[in-house]
Amino acid sequence: AAGMFLRLLSDVQWRAAHPKWRRMTSSQRSTSTTAEPHPVSLPAQAQVVICGGGIMGTSVAYHLSKMGWNDVVLLEQGRLAAGTTRFCAGIVSTARPVSIELKMAHYSNKLYQQLEQETGVQTGYMKTGSISLAQTQDRLISLKRIASSLNVMGIPCEIISPKKVVQLHPLINIHDLVGAMYVPEDALVSSANVSLALATAASRNGVQIHERTSVSHVTVKKGRVTGVETDRGRIQCEYFVNCAGQWAYELGHSGEEPVHIPLHACEHFYILTHPLKEPLSSSLPTVVDPDGRIYIRNWQGGILSGGFEKNPKPIFTEGRNQLEIQNLQEDWDHFGPLLGALLRRMPGLEALQIMQLVNCPESFTPDMRCIMGESPTARGYFVLAGMNSAGISYGGGAGKFLAEWIVNGYPSENVWPLDLKRFGTLQSSRTFLRHRVMEVMPLMCDLKVPRWDFQTGRQLRTSPLYDRLDAQGARWMEKHGFERVKYFVPPGKDLLDLDHSKTFYKPDWFDIVGSEVKCCKEAVCVIDMSSFTKFEISSTGDQALESLQYLFSNDLDVPVGHVVHTGMLNEKGGYENDCSIARLSKRSFFMISPTDQQVHCWAWLKNRLPDDSNLTLEDVTWKYTALNLIGPRAVDVLSELSYAPMTAEHFPSLFCKEMSVGYANGIRVMSITHTGEPGFVLYIPIEYALHVYNEVMNMGQKYGIRNAGYYALRSLRIEKFFAFWGQDLDAFTTPMECGREFQVKLEKGMEFVGQEALLEQKQNGVYKRFTMFILEDHDTDMDLWPWWGEPIFRNGRYVGKTTSSAYSYTLERHVCLGFVHHFDEKTGEELVVTTDFINQGEYEIDIAGQRFQAKAKLYPFSSLFTQRRRKDEVELSGYQRE
Amino acid sequence: FYLTPPQVNSILKANEYSFKVPEFDGKNVSSVLGFDSNQLPANAPIEDRRSAATCLQTRGMLLGVFDGHAGCACAQAVSERLFYYIAVSLLPHETLLEIENAVESGRALLPILQWHKHPNDYFSKEASKLYFNSLRTYWQELIDLNSGETTDVREALINAFKRLDNDISLEAQVGDPNSFLNYLVLRVAFSGATACVAHVDGVDLHIANTGDSRAMLGVQEEDGSWSAVNLSYDHNAQNENEVERVKMEHPKSEEKSLVKQDRLLGLLMPFRAFGDVKFKWSIELQKRVIESGPDQLNDNEYTKFIPPNYYTPPYLTAEPEVIHHKLRPQDKFLVLATDGLWETMHRQDVARIVGEYLTGVHHQQPIAVGGYKVTLGQMHGLLTERRARISSVFEDQNAATHLIRHAVGNNEFGTVDHERLSKMLSLPEELARMYRDDITIIVVQFNSHVIGAYQNEE
Repeated sequence: AAGMFLRLLSDVQWRAAHPKWRRMTSSQRSTSTTAEPHPVSLPAQAQVVICGGGIMGTSVAYHLSKMGWNDVVLLEQGRLAAGTTRFCAGIVSTARPVSIELKMAHYSNKLYQQLEQETGVQTGYMKTGSISLAQTQDRLISLKRIASSLNVMGIPCEIISPKKVVQLHPLINIHDLVGAMYVPEDALVSSANVSLALATAASRNGVQIHERTSVSHVTVKKGRVTGVETDRGRIQCEYFVNCAGQWAYELGHSGEEPVHIPLHACEHFYILTHPLKEPLSSSLPTVVDPDGRIYIRNWQGGILSGGFEKNPKPIFTEGRNQLEIQNLQEDWDHFGPLLGALLRRMPGLEALQIMQLVNCPESFTPDMRCIMGESPTARGYFVLAGMNSAGISYGGGAGKFLAEWIVNGYPSENVWPLDLKRFGTLQSSRTFLRHRVMEVMPLMCDLKVPRWDFQTGRQLRTSPLYDRLDAQGARWMEKHGFERVKYFVPPGKDLLDLDHSKTFYKPDWFDIVGSEVKCCKEAVCVIDMSSFTKFEISSTGDQALESLQYLFSNDLDVPVGHVVHTGMLNEKGGYENDCSIARLSKRSFFMISPTDQQVHCWAWLKNRLPDDSNLTLEDVTWKYTALNLIGPRAVDVLSELSYAPMTAEHFPSLFCKEMSVGYANGIRVMSITHTGEPGFVLYIPIEYALHVYNEVMNMGQKYGIRNAGYYALRSLRIEKFFAFWGQDLDAFTTPMECGREFQVKLEKGMEFVGQEALLEQKQNGVYKRFTMFILEDHDTDMDLWPWWGEPIFRNGRYVGKTTSSAYSYTLERHVCLGFVHHFDEKTGEELVVTTDFINQGEYEIDIAGQRFQAKAKLYPFSSLFTQRRRKDEVELSGYQRE
Repeated sequence: FYLTPPQVNSILKANEYSFKVPEFDGKNVSSVLGFDSNQLPANAPIEDRRSAATCLQTRGMLLGVFDGHAGCACAQAVSERLFYYIAVSLLPHETLLEIENAVESGRALLPILQWHKHPNDYFSKEASKLYFNSLRTYWQELIDLNSGETTDVREALINAFKRLDNDISLEAQVGDPNSFLNYLVLRVAFSGATACVAHVDGVDLHIANTGDSRAMLGVQEEDGSWSAVNLSYDHNAQNENEVERVKMEHPKSEEKSLVKQDRLLGLLMPFRAFGDVKFKWSIELQKRVIESGPDQLNDNEYTKFIPPNYYTPPYLTAEPEVIHHKLRPQDKFLVLATDGLWETMHRQDVARIVGEYLTGVHHQQPIAVGGYKVTLGQMHGLLTERRARISSVFEDQNAATHLIRHAVGNNEFGTVDHERLSKMLSLPEELARMYRDDITIIVVQFNSHVIGAYQNEE
């Protein structure tokens, strides 16, 4: 039966292929009786070798060739578009919660629309639109949030009533619906044929395509790709692109230098039916019913319907055991609940005759986002895989970004949320992946609420204080595999269980975090911040200083004991990393950066530091436990514990000193708190962690010390207008755009990366500006809470999106941070954003379609925060120095 | 009087226990995945016992069920002691020496067993010193006997069973200055217990059985269906070989009186057992011990009663019959259970119910649409019906509980009938024994991956 389906979807189009590779492929077909199936030999070398002839591989080839790179070879182990791509349901949907994924899908849609005209290959493109149904108010809110971001991107989209749903699709049972979202431009395609069309165009542009050629491994020398070994010989190349889909993990591990690509396949089922008595129109919209966990599209007069069940079946955990995806078993009992949901949604289909249940494995990733980018360990080794069942939606855009990445060194958009380097080796355990994808696949349909934490694959990296904190009521979240405290539930207080705590409104931890914040403001709190990435750079001579001066924008030639906040910028002046660097001695530096920088920052520095054995870079993240003492009494606790004066005269702000705390010696104390509040971070060699923690808690008692978590930290830093890398800052944001000129030393007597771009911005002005918004008419108890990604409107016009938000317990208002652009009213062209432009607008923030007035500020409130010490005047004054 | 489903569950689950062999690095290297066990009393107090332990100085896991009669004292003693005797029998000479030296010099002893016990499974504190001394005498003899040969599991099991029964008998003859202990050792010796013990080490499964409890292997056939393989023979009147054995051991003149009304000497159901010195000791010995024993013993009509036609003791032995089985990947689980289960359920049903429970799927032919004309509605109806049949499987978290639920509650159609279950469980104490016996079940689940890997090595 599967064979029948294969015939239905493809083959006819093979004849439409360009002669150049029809010769290669058709000859094998016509000579299928002969023993030698490979009449065309492989080239000895190529600039780029792509492995995988599915939608991803062909899209990368297509876009590379469009950009003028045509010394490209695409290798496919079986036949083109014969894997997951062939079985894919072919739904192109732009309704994606992550903005970069939305952009990729939008681009894909536009690309596929004109592909048939461009290539002459029929793609089956049909603009049907899609309807996403909401059975609950919460679901409707999540759809409204997506609708808001689609609208500001110019993608038509509306929230419709159940009545309107029936008009669009007569078969839908609407009695349990509260509303729906209609995206009229979503489309259907034959994904295999889209892939073949892309291959045809690429082939015309000179890309060589070889089927039935397996890559055994990639060779890497001195950290660079040198070639690939195949079952038909070796090809030398500069770039390798792993588009092997669900086999990408194994291919990554096949070489001597493993490339960790954390993805895992799950079986995925959909049914095909015979046509209805009155065949369904091919223009009928696709229906997505996330509460029923299903999607339904029209298919050859009948329907195609699949879904994401609660109990997924992971597959191939132990590795590949077949060449192409053959007919895996149909499992009707497994599909039963989805079939039930289908008939509830379309009861009229009871009498429709079944054609087939298709089992088509899809690969999923640990965080539900796809994987692209360059390997941190092997330069020139690129990856594009792990599409979480949205391969056809992302295919065009993802291929374009990856091609740009190879050709230009970086894509035209910020793709950090998808970057391979967000993962480390720790996410590559098969057990971890198997467990995690079993959670991820059902999440495809689950409500995505703010601050959701994965429940599987936890307690992987922990601080030595984990058990102590846990016993005191800590609730945990995970970042880069590291357990971090969200907040502490006081004894006797009960919070909602996991499922019931899902909300878009005021969360149940509101008062708990409020009291932690209050304690940070009035007394002192301890936050375990051990997860932060910590590197040490040292040298025998001046190499460390010289290299860092070149790689970082601020001046690091400061006296020993000083701490410098600085960006690690790219050539365009954008933040690759935002860190604090302490000068430990003349020749050694201690660098602290965000938790998820561990892989990215390491690769960035390794690739740019001179190859000098006298210069060492060491990752010491695991060696230190970091305790952040926040609050006005931190100074008292610490001076009592160390018998050292800690006042501003002896220990000024942005200072670092090794001291003893309790019995433990050699504790690195820094007068920073990452929040703008007074206090210190203690970097403690891990074996002393428990001792120092106990000492601090004992001594702190009389000062009212308590534990606090990251939610309190976030509230504090956002109300103080502190930007965080990965959240607010990315590779496309410069210090000039977020009011951090003071962290850049343009005239430090030597050149540094990004200097030129920053000078130009200083001259010409910036095109976006990081701004703080205070929500004015927002009711914390009754209104939806902002999260991030909310559109910002200035004088009624869209100007940008928020990047983070928090409730400020001091201001008793919500604070959103985000970027304001200035789009020309007529042309939409981006104009320079001036201080006046920011200050002279009336602002609104759109939360799920509802707009709230907001006051824009370019500087934090300083008068509100009393009890300040000299130190944070220094920290804050930086912002005022414009 | 009617029990609600939660009340039924709380009765059924009161004694349930589960053990999972811990995994390291995501791997379980043991051929045993874990086990579920449970007991449902009919006697008050229950006369069945169960034990499970991991051998720490040798490899392997021990599991056993013990069915007591004439009180629970003997079953209790055997459940505490037998595994130590087995473990010691398996120990290599050097380890025995090391242990003896440690005891001699007052150093800490190497742990021999790691017990996996339900909180209700108790050990008697008072007797531990006495039991330990007997055990020590045993290993001292083993040290002296040092044969230098590697220990054969079959032999070790047989020796351990016989030795323990011998020690039970001796302790009762010698007595104890402490009156409580003295009474205890006599109660142990005068009551009886059967034992069915499994020793699993890699692919080697040994079953040592004494009496009428039973071990059964659940095998999954290639088509997914379940079948049962017996790994023990009941030692009772229904077993011709056993009747033959008993007759062989006694003069022809006794042939008629040996087995009457399917009982040994017309009294005892199991033909092999621990304790039961009334069927082992000479009449003179019995009389002497009872007379010198405490008053409680003298007042007990049962202990004083001498079996009729009692000419050539012993009539009873604790020597087990040992069956060795090499585990195969299709051997998915082992059920050890006292006769309370086997009286009510056929082993084929046991295999199916446990197999389906463990795999979580009722064995039903997978559905394929193939060339048939099936509509979405028909398929939905079919799947809903299949699911309803399965749903009862998921009520229990413990395979043994699940089996007990079926054993007690099954109606004539082989499905659990709540009304029947409720009635059976709410019977007053004195009536319960009329309708059902104590039931004790251990379900051991095997790790097919590990077993498969062992096979490939060989």
